[in-house]
Amino acid sequence: MISRRRLLSLAGASALLAACGSNTGRSGNGQALKQWYHAYGEPGVQQAVERYAKAYQKTPVDVQWNPGDYDSKLATSLLSDGGPDVFESTPQISSVRAGQLVPLDDVFGDARTDFSESILATHTVDGKIYGVPQAVDMQMLFYRKSFFAKAGVQPPSTVDELIDASRRLTRDGVKGLFAGNDGGGGVLGGPALWSTGLDYVRDHQVGFDDPVAAQAIGKLRELYTSGSLLLGAVKDWAEPDAFTQGLVAMQWTGLWTVPAIQKALGDDFGILPFPKLNATGAPSVPVGAFGAMVNARSKRVDEAKEFVRWLWIERTDYQEDFNLSYGFHIPPRKTIAAKASKLTSGAAADAVKFVQDNAKASNPPDWTSVMRTAFNDAVSRVVRDGAPADTEIKAAAAKARDELKRLYG
Amino acid sequence: MKHGRAFWLFVGPFAIGLLVFVYVPIGWSLLLSFFEARNTVTPAEFVGLRNYADMLTDEPFLRSLGTFSVFAAFIVPLTFVLALALALLVNQIRFMKAFFRSVFFLPTACSYVVASLVWKLSIFNGVRFGLANTVLGWFGADPIAWTVSTSPPWYWLVLVTLRLWLQLGFYLILFIAGLQRIPQHLYEAAWIDGASRGWQTLRFITLPQLRTTSVAVLLLLLIAAYQAFDEFYNVLGSDRGYPPFARPPLIYLYYTALGSGGQDFGHGSAGAVILTLLIAGVTLLQGKVITR
Repeated sequence: MISRRRLLSLAGASALLAACGSNTGRSGNGQALKQWYHAYGEPGVQQAVERYAKAYQKTPVDVQWNPGDYDSKLATSLLSDGGPDVFESTPQISSVRAGQLVPLDDVFGDARTDFSESILATHTVDGKIYGVPQAVDMQMLFYRKSFFAKAGVQPPSTVDELIDASRRLTRDGVKGLFAGNDGGGGVLGGPALWSTGLDYVRDHQVGFDDPVAAQAIGKLRELYTSGSLLLGAVKDWAEPDAFTQGLVAMQWTGLWTVPAIQKALGDDFGILPFPKLNATGAPSVPVGAFGAMVNARSKRVDEAKEFVRWLWIERTDYQEDFNLSYGFHIPPRKTIAAKASKLTSGAAADAVKFVQDNAKASNPPDWTSVMRTAFNDAVSRVVRDGAPADTEIKAAAAKARDELKRLYG
Repeated sequence: MKHGRAFWLFVGPFAIGLLVFVYVPIGWSLLLSFFEARNTVTPAEFVGLRNYADMLTDEPFLRSLGTFSVFAAFIVPLTFVLALALALLVNQIRFMKAFFRSVFFLPTACSYVVASLVWKLSIFNGVRFGLANTVLGWFGADPIAWTVSTSPPWYWLVLVTLRLWLQLGFYLILFIAGLQRIPQHLYEAAWIDGASRGWQTLRFITLPQLRTTSVAVLLLLLIAAYQAFDEFYNVLGSDRGYPPFARPPLIYLYYTALGSGGQDFGHGSAGAVILTLLIAGVTLLQGKVITR
């Protein structure tokens, strides 16, 4: 499960897992294509991807499974000649500008329209597609139905209702909401911004230099100071433990926790998108997808592209297996998602609907780490230190503007 | 002096390792600091001192340098005094000396990562059944979110106790070694001259005799304070990055140069050089002040 959070946040890494070690699966013979995955948490995924690779007839493929800080390892390996030929990641504009990725537009063929537009957009930089989406993940708000009924609280549909609900649900050692041990600044910064109808970046311009953005971030401060947030839990927001142990009435976490929550609570839970701030805003769910990509430094770009085309375009049976047999993902291809019976009922069905209606890219290619750090720092200072939201947001916007100017001129 | 084959056999592998894994990267980093080096370590665009100018006007970087100068000013004397006091105590004990020495030294053998996780997840976690909060509960106090709260900044309590626990033993051993080198006859002479056993012998015999040890300990402590990384990264960092407060310079540079999507080796290297110069400068200054 731990590995799953990497899909949605390329920021930082927990050294907890930064153990070295790699298993090349089969012994390489020098002729094989190298394919890298990060370590998925669900049992069976590693065997599955090795099975897919083995089934490819044209070229031998060596699968390397990478536990630990995958993003840093991958980024470093792309600088040298020792990197993989094919790997999974989300494209960043910096890697594209540095010529590290091969455009894959010609790989898609007719299947292009079968991919969800919003997901494809997160793999598109300067009009070219650099990754074939493999599996979609998302975050949302989980709430405990019985706790709500007992307190006589309705599921919130605005940010103010969320704060009010969190307050009223705090009683008898139970806190209203858990949104990460940093008090929500990390995971709710984006959703708070989207709740106003704004976004990180729009048309190569800063999208959040607006008093309304400051107002929304100020709401997170209100939530933080309400005394209704669970802080310093043993496991962070990406794991469902605080929610399943009954420490909180609501938790912000991801789709990947649904099986564990179902097992612990049966149907005593519901899910919601992050609510809208006001009438002009919109509810949102952060969505991200790893895509299969080809390393531009590979000596066998054509063979690598052909393998990606075979596995992630042609073999829909493997794509279905990868998305639905192990963890809980939404297939990025509409035809596969449509026949997935697992996704037609209960919380999963709601999640699919949220992705269709309220999806926001959690990690768009043009939201670089410089901008992300500036924005997250600003949110953290407002939420945890009570710094004035308008000046902090203005400062972050100025930094983002410099970065965008560097990228687009 | 001519060296035989045996010399090179023993020194060679180490020297090669040092050259390849330490000196070449340092030189390369210095080189990178003068180039525009985003997503590449073989840059082509020479930018002169621009990276340095950027870093010296980069507010988060300057703030982290400031924070850690304050941190050093606080943690260095504290560790120094506590380690010295403990060493004096352990050195006085007449029985089970080896036991006490080992007990205080053992934490040094503990991994920073493991200790950080114990502090963060077990002792100072924020839920009501954490160790520190259980103790608070006995006195009827509300649970405190130790690593989250910024007003008051409880995370400093977590980080400072952790650092003291991990480091005290090492400096304690250095001090004990220093204490044992002081000739006993100096003390005897002092007592004959009428010096009291407590403060006067400490002030006029022990401390002056410990001068070389003290200088070494201060130097090591100061460098360790500026190079703080492990316990900060593991206690305050998360998968969402590192919060803007208590951010050690090394962590800021790590995210600049190696953080995913960052990969800005030019600015990262320039920052590393600035930090090195700062440590060297403060160390020289300290040496001047102490040895005067």
